[in-house]
Amino acid sequence: MAKLSLSKLTKAYNKTEVLHGIDLDVADGEFVVFVGPSGCGKSTTLRMIAGLEDITSGAITIGDRVVNNLEPKDRDIAMVFQNYAIYPHMSVRKNIAFGLRSSKLSKPEKEQRIAEVAHILDMTHLLDRKPNQLSGGQRQRVAIGRAMVRDPAVFLFDEPLSNLDAQLRTQMRLEIKKLHQRVGNTIVFVTHDQVEAMTMADRIVIMKDGHIQQVGTPADVYHKPANAFVAQFIGAPSMNMVPGTLSATGLTLDNGQRINTNLAATTQRVVHVGIRPDDLTINPNALQILSGVVTVQEPLGSETLIYVDTEIGEVIAKADGRTPPDVGTRVTLSVAANNLHVFDGETGEAVQ
Amino acid sequence: MTATDLRPTAAVLDQSAASKPKNMGQILRWVLLFLGGIMMIMPIAYMISTSLKWPHEVYNVNLIPEEPTIENYTYVLEDGRFYLWFMNSIIIAVITTISNLLFDSLVGYTLCKFKFPGRQIVFIAILSTLMIPTEMLVIPWYLMSQSFGWLDSYWGIMFPGLMTAFGTFLMKQFFESVPDDFLEAARIDGLNELQIWWIVAMPLVKPALAALAIFVFLGNWTAFLWPLIVTNSVEMYTIPVGLSGFGDEADVAWELIMTGAAISTIPTLIVFLIFQRFIIRGVVMAGLKG
Ligand SMILES: Nc1ncnc2c1ncn2[C@@H]1O[C@H](COP(=O)(O)OP(=O)(O)O)[C@@H](O)[C@H]1O
Ligand SMILES: [Mg+2]
Repeated sequence: MAKLSLSKLTKAYNKTEVLHGIDLDVADGEFVVFVGPSGCGKSTTLRMIAGLEDITSGAITIGDRVVNNLEPKDRDIAMVFQNYAIYPHMSVRKNIAFGLRSSKLSKPEKEQRIAEVAHILDMTHLLDRKPNQLSGGQRQRVAIGRAMVRDPAVFLFDEPLSNLDAQLRTQMRLEIKKLHQRVGNTIVFVTHDQVEAMTMADRIVIMKDGHIQQVGTPADVYHKPANAFVAQFIGAPSMNMVPGTLSATGLTLDNGQRINTNLAATTQRVVHVGIRPDDLTINPNALQILSGVVTVQEPLGSETLIYVDTEIGEVIAKADGRTPPDVGTRVTLSVAANNLHVFDGETGEAVQ
Repeated sequence: MTATDLRPTAAVLDQSAASKPKNMGQILRWVLLFLGGIMMIMPIAYMISTSLKWPHEVYNVNLIPEEPTIENYTYVLEDGRFYLWFMNSIIIAVITTISNLLFDSLVGYTLCKFKFPGRQIVFIAILSTLMIPTEMLVIPWYLMSQSFGWLDSYWGIMFPGLMTAFGTFLMKQFFESVPDDFLEAARIDGLNELQIWWIVAMPLVKPALAALAIFVFLGNWTAFLWPLIVTNSVEMYTIPVGLSGFGDEADVAWELIMTGAAISTIPTLIVFLIFQRFIIRGVVMAGLKG
């Protein structure tokens, strides 16, 4: 097990740069999740760590070795792919044994190792099956087994759950997390699904267009998003953004509502004010900031999401699950001032 | 109540009305298939029939010989030349088939899975040789064989066919269906590129290899023009070349040629039966993947 670090990592395909300097330190045993919209460079980063893509510039260190010029097999990593990549013409046992090809263990030791892994993954009874006799979840487990059997310093996962149905995905999410707690290897996990990222990660790396937007614990990125992109990417439904201005006298929404915060600007500037739907409720006792007409109801059981058409844009708010306001009625929405997120109107950076 | 009772009846009526034209279509299909089948079987039936006839009856079109005989078979099989040609054909077809399976797929794999400068040009160059007919190539081949001293040798007969543009193209297309993830997973597991090709990629394209094997084997087994040109001595003939010489100039011994041909279909049948299994299995496997 070892620490992994990326330093000033860039990648260009035929002069088009797709990664623009990635800096990241992953601690020994840490579970790090890369998340971001499709095409932001997550897989490319992961494949560079694995040694499947050349490094255009920068350095990758695993343990205390710079691995830039090492072959994948010499980097002490293992990778699990989105479509499993388990060989259809080999039995489960052979597939798992494949991960040990370059290991120096003796034959009985290898067999012992395979048995151990099969036991941990609860697939001892499947060892002699061919992949086409397995379900999607079982196949993914074989792929994980093939990676585990090598006991690598770093596990790399590239969207391993996206081919599974929703229920299985939730289950495998939990299994991988438990597995991590049990084996303790460093894990770098790539996904485009922010729920996966939030639920599994020790730390989340949010990427966009080849840049890291923010690195932090799930709580950090949820409660203290570094910019408007992170704020809207993390959390479902997405954070509401309403226009406003920040001046020496304080924060004013574009509907004229003034809000007392400890934020102020020396010169007047345009801002986006972010409010999570969870924080926006109908509560006459709190600060009332917006009013509008309910256009849609989305009952979720314990609560109901309401879409409210206000004079400064549509927002999503949370209402009671039993007695939500009817569609067409006018409501006034409230928020606690310290739950507001303010972002610069031009750069999108959070205003501190 | 009545309405619900009537509904099944109506459905049945609908169905029988709808199934009429379907039956017509089916009949037409069967007729066409039957005619096609007859066309396929007739030459084979005549080959076998002729091989069972006496020489005087050969030009008689009846399918059932008047006096069936296996005299032709004993003659051909006891004639040492036929055995020699048969072995020549086997050696040439087997070596050429193995060579094509290895080298066509190696080149096809490289063209498919590796990005290198000039890849497209190499591919187009290989493909373009498909457009040159054999008849145009035999003279350069002959001159080449002559200057290398390959005339009248196995090597001379085989060398033009040891790799084919068609096989390379076929294999390249099939390797496209092998996901790169498989190869990358193997790379991480420590296989070198040659091992990845042999251990991971080749088993995944077995159906294509089987099809190629059948195709190349049949092609070489029945090849006539080039073996005829490049061989001089009777001992180097292949079956098609040898059979064509049965009989003398005035009188072609069709009954003997047909006997030789009938015997020589046996290896092609065996090859087909062996490799066809892989094709069907491959299709089944592909269906269950995913
Ligand atoms: N082989 C390649 N050649 C050219 N561009 C590529 C290649 N692979 C990826 N890219 C580009 O790099 C960017 C990042 O891709 P990728 O890392 O696969 O994104 P993600 O995994 O985050 O969806 C994308 O814009 C993609 O088009
Ligand atoms: Mg990706």
